[in-house]
Amino acid sequence: MAVTRGFTGKRRGQERRLPPGQYDTGSSWPVLTAEATPRIEPEQWSLTVDGLVERPTTWSWDEAHRLPESTYVGDIHCVTTWSKFDVAFRGVSVDELLRAAGPTPEAAYVLVHSSTGYTTNLPLSDLTDGKAWVVWEYGGKPLPREHGGPVRLLVPHLYFWKSAKWVSRLELMAHDRPGFWEQNGYHDRGDPWLEQRYQGD
Amino acid sequence: MTAIDDVQPVETVWTTGRIIEKELPTPGTVRLRMHVDDRIRHRPGQHYLIRLRAPDDYTAQRSYSLASDDDDPLLEFLVERLPDGEVSEFLADVAEVGDVLEVRGPIGRWFTWDVRTPALCLVGGTGVVPAVSMARTARRLHRSDLLRVVAVGRGPAELPYAEELGRLGATLAYTRTDSPDRPAGAPTAEELRPLLAGTELAYVCGSARFAAYAETLLVDCGVDPQAIRVERFGPTG
Repeated sequence: MAVTRGFTGKRRGQERRLPPGQYDTGSSWPVLTAEATPRIEPEQWSLTVDGLVERPTTWSWDEAHRLPESTYVGDIHCVTTWSKFDVAFRGVSVDELLRAAGPTPEAAYVLVHSSTGYTTNLPLSDLTDGKAWVVWEYGGKPLPREHGGPVRLLVPHLYFWKSAKWVSRLELMAHDRPGFWEQNGYHDRGDPWLEQRYQGD
Repeated sequence: MTAIDDVQPVETVWTTGRIIEKELPTPGTVRLRMHVDDRIRHRPGQHYLIRLRAPDDYTAQRSYSLASDDDDPLLEFLVERLPDGEVSEFLADVAEVGDVLEVRGPIGRWFTWDVRTPALCLVGGTGVVPAVSMARTARRLHRSDLLRVVAVGRGPAELPYAEELGRLGATLAYTRTDSPDRPAGAPTAEELRPLLAGTELAYVCGSARFAAYAETLLVDCGVDPQAIRVERFGPTG
């Protein structure tokens, strides 16, 4: 493609840290949601891991907090082209949840459900080996409601729509099934370094 | 209600568009009208990506909602000029008629209107843009009865497309300016309820702060949260 007349680019210096087509949003954290923001009290919240597992398991807020805590400090990337550096989330590793539920050998994909009805799909391998968390703290404080509080999924190596807000269920499946944005034209995997934004990328 | 399945997935690719018209309706916004060869048809509510490329192949891209109806020979964008906005400042200050930019679209199949479902748009500031596309499409198809638009801004000078939206029958709610038929202030449940009668979907577009206000107001008016589609932008701090 041709060079844009008169454009030199203002935001330099972070290219190696920024996936292609992304910019550093700095201290702000844009909110992007397709639905109305729900109000969920921690006492009402629960998380279920089911589908192709040996032991379908549900955790209450208190039960989830008794699992070994885990922290992520690093960068996040939104498909709408902002990236945010050095964010800190605390919660529990998805590995802990899967260890309790025991995926069957056929389990290869996960459909993540939110209490709003939002869904997003991922290969199971993107949620294992320390790559994904269920988090309730951001920057040392309770995760704000508009950012998915009380509890959201965190899969920081993929575009952030995979990190479902208000997460309520991980459904393990043998075959891939598109989630909400994936049915609406977005990529099934969403690797920001490969710029897998939309169908066909 | 529109089923998502009604809209066929279309794979979009990067192409180029030429700026045919450019104006700065207010100091804070730029309106661009662009020609794209063989462009893909769009639904009101969809957006495009605009990508800028530096001589060393550094690129910056942002997504912008369309204001134009699909029947318009040109694509129309209304872009808010953000302080230090790498793309929006370029579009406002540097881009000229005749320049060619990389574009990709249309994108989005959720925040779109099927021109069949009775709907209300509650939109604020530059968030009016997708509602302009919806209202223009409704007028062309003689279905303006299906769409109600409530556009919120500080005053007539700050609200993009205020005059056109007024002509198209929208309710203009100014938060800081008294008008003959309405004292200054945010829209209220009393104002909204009669406009919601018979609608099945609500579209909210605006800043994060506006969207939070609008969602709460709609739910207070008895709208099912599942019937609210939201597009928000901007930082929350």
